[in-house]
Amino acid sequence: MRKLRVLDLGHLDWREAFRLQETYAEERKQGLESDILLLVEHPHVVTMGRNGNESNLLASPELLRRSGIAFYETNRGGDVTYHGPGQVVGYPIFDLRDWKRDVGAFVRAVEEVLIRSLAAFGVVAERVSGKTGVWVNGAKVAAIGIHLSRWVSSHGFALNHETSLQYFGYIVPCGLPDPVCSLESLGMHVSRDAVCAEIVRHFVDVFEFHAVETIQSPAAPVRCVASEAT
Amino acid sequence: MTDVLMPQMGESIVEGTLTRWLKKPGDAVKRDEPLFEISTDKVDTEIPSPAEGVLKETLVEAGATVQINTVVARIDDGSAGAAAPAPAEAPKAEAPQPDPAPPAPVAAEAPVPAAAEPAPSSNEDSGPISPLVRRMAREHNLDLAKIPGTGAGGRITKADVEAYLAGQTAAPSPVAASPVAAAPVATAPATPSAPPAAPKPADVAPVAAAEAPRVRVEPMSIMRQKIAEHMVMSKATSAHVTTVHRVDMTKIAKLRNARKNLVKERYGFSLTFLPFITRAAAEALRAFPIVNASIQGSNVLYHNEVNVGIAVALDNGLIVPVIKHADEKNVIGLQRAIADLANRARSKQLKPDEVQGGTFSITNFGSFGSLFATPVINQPQIAILGIGAVNKEVVVVDDAIAIRDMAYLALTFDHRLIDGALADQFCLRIKTVLENWSEDVL
Repeated sequence: MRKLRVLDLGHLDWREAFRLQETYAEERKQGLESDILLLVEHPHVVTMGRNGNESNLLASPELLRRSGIAFYETNRGGDVTYHGPGQVVGYPIFDLRDWKRDVGAFVRAVEEVLIRSLAAFGVVAERVSGKTGVWVNGAKVAAIGIHLSRWVSSHGFALNHETSLQYFGYIVPCGLPDPVCSLESLGMHVSRDAVCAEIVRHFVDVFEFHAVETIQSPAAPVRCVASEAT
Repeated sequence: MTDVLMPQMGESIVEGTLTRWLKKPGDAVKRDEPLFEISTDKVDTEIPSPAEGVLKETLVEAGATVQINTVVARIDDGSAGAAAPAPAEAPKAEAPQPDPAPPAPVAAEAPVPAAAEPAPSSNEDSGPISPLVRRMAREHNLDLAKIPGTGAGGRITKADVEAYLAGQTAAPSPVAASPVAAAPVATAPATPSAPPAAPKPADVAPVAAAEAPRVRVEPMSIMRQKIAEHMVMSKATSAHVTTVHRVDMTKIAKLRNARKNLVKERYGFSLTFLPFITRAAAEALRAFPIVNASIQGSNVLYHNEVNVGIAVALDNGLIVPVIKHADEKNVIGLQRAIADLANRARSKQLKPDEVQGGTFSITNFGSFGSLFATPVINQPQIAILGIGAVNKEVVVVDDAIAIRDMAYLALTFDHRLIDGALADQFCLRIKTVLENWSEDVL
């Protein structure tokens, strides 16, 4: 039986969350942990993926820091991205050997989760061929960047819920990027809890988990929710 | 000897980009220890070593994209018997893999040979040719059959090609190119068909170290790297065309001379030609909004604001702070903004939003004496204006010889969106404004 454990970390520093991810990923590799989805909201931070193109970061890391935005280089795929308040960030730490052993299918499935979650609020989102992420009317609403080690995934997606979109201006030269949007900018005023609930529901659907369990905190795991039919 | 393959990361995935080597040739590796990283579809994956031993050679350079199942490296695990004596310099000191039940390494997945098998070379015995070697051969126009291979099974390695090239040109290859110094090629083409009966003693690092350094290696600053990437990206993105117009700046020069002392006295900064030209450009941008646009996919984004970036030279660098709403400022306002941005750029006091949002750029290479140049577009903008030095020249005016203050204005534009006729109309508008300047500056 494949079970998804869900841990909402609430508001947490990016580095702290990264350490937790590493811990869970290591435990997952050793079979000590089931597939787990970390949900989190970060303070302002700009991160650069392994394939990051420095030209997409015209503001120097120094300038970012001076503006109260942390900057880190990470080991995930993808380019430079921004996280901040009002964003639902999800880190699925899944062992893909239990699923399809397919990187491409994994990314498409995470996109599918987000598209279905947005559809629950009446937002029609879509993929853009050749790109990774989720768009609404040509504006990017969610970004994806994954790291994989021995088929165990880490990092994940960032969905703009009530994000201040101005901060995306820091990461693309001249502030003329692919436009970004958020649920809020699309006129959808929904609670973070509602968004997270949809995301979890669709992770279970799309990845065909047999059960979902919500844990309260990384320190003291408390078993909660029972199985969910799929 | 164990071949390390580019793993298949999914059904639809036929190739991957090797982003980083985590080990270098000569390093000892343990089984399942991360060996390199690949990138496919926004996913970065660490690939573990399929064997324990010494990383003998890497056949694919970081950054290269190769098909799945391509051999990317070889690990000397002592399994190849007499043919490959284990190098003495790297004893396998590590304890055995502590993990009691190591998960199957990704790279060991059942290979699908058909899809990715490299084309057989003309010389069967030299074994598969790595993409790197094939590329080197193509670049240098080499017949691979003539190059003796010293790799496992007589395969041709990068070092072999380099050695061959070194022997061919009799000139040493650039020092920085590779740690593998020119190997003695002169030693007769070691019968490529034969198994490597006489392996070269040292095709690994130490040879180069013995030579006196002929280059100094210094990492580029982050800014330098960013500039480098941006420039190449811009050249790869836009169809750069430059048109040059000669402008009579006499009227501006007279006005400037008449007012510069007063401006200095009143405002504390010098009056240059730049704000006049910026003002003329802003007016032309309003008249030709397509020059103030950018391209996104198959759409044209027309920017309603005229935000002009001014290139500022720094010590070993360059930054382009932006004058927002440049069309709403007069000459004094523009001069103040230019002086302020340039000062703060040099003292690294710019705020992030001051280098963003530009819709057009101006670069003033004339201040360094250049007559005209062909600037590179500041992406994602569509054009950049380069200003040459203002010099007194002998020109013909109304069939008479006159001495005028002349300057060359060079507009580099993106031919994807703008055609020459429009670019020249745009330049003519700037020229007209400058030559018929009518407003005072104070």
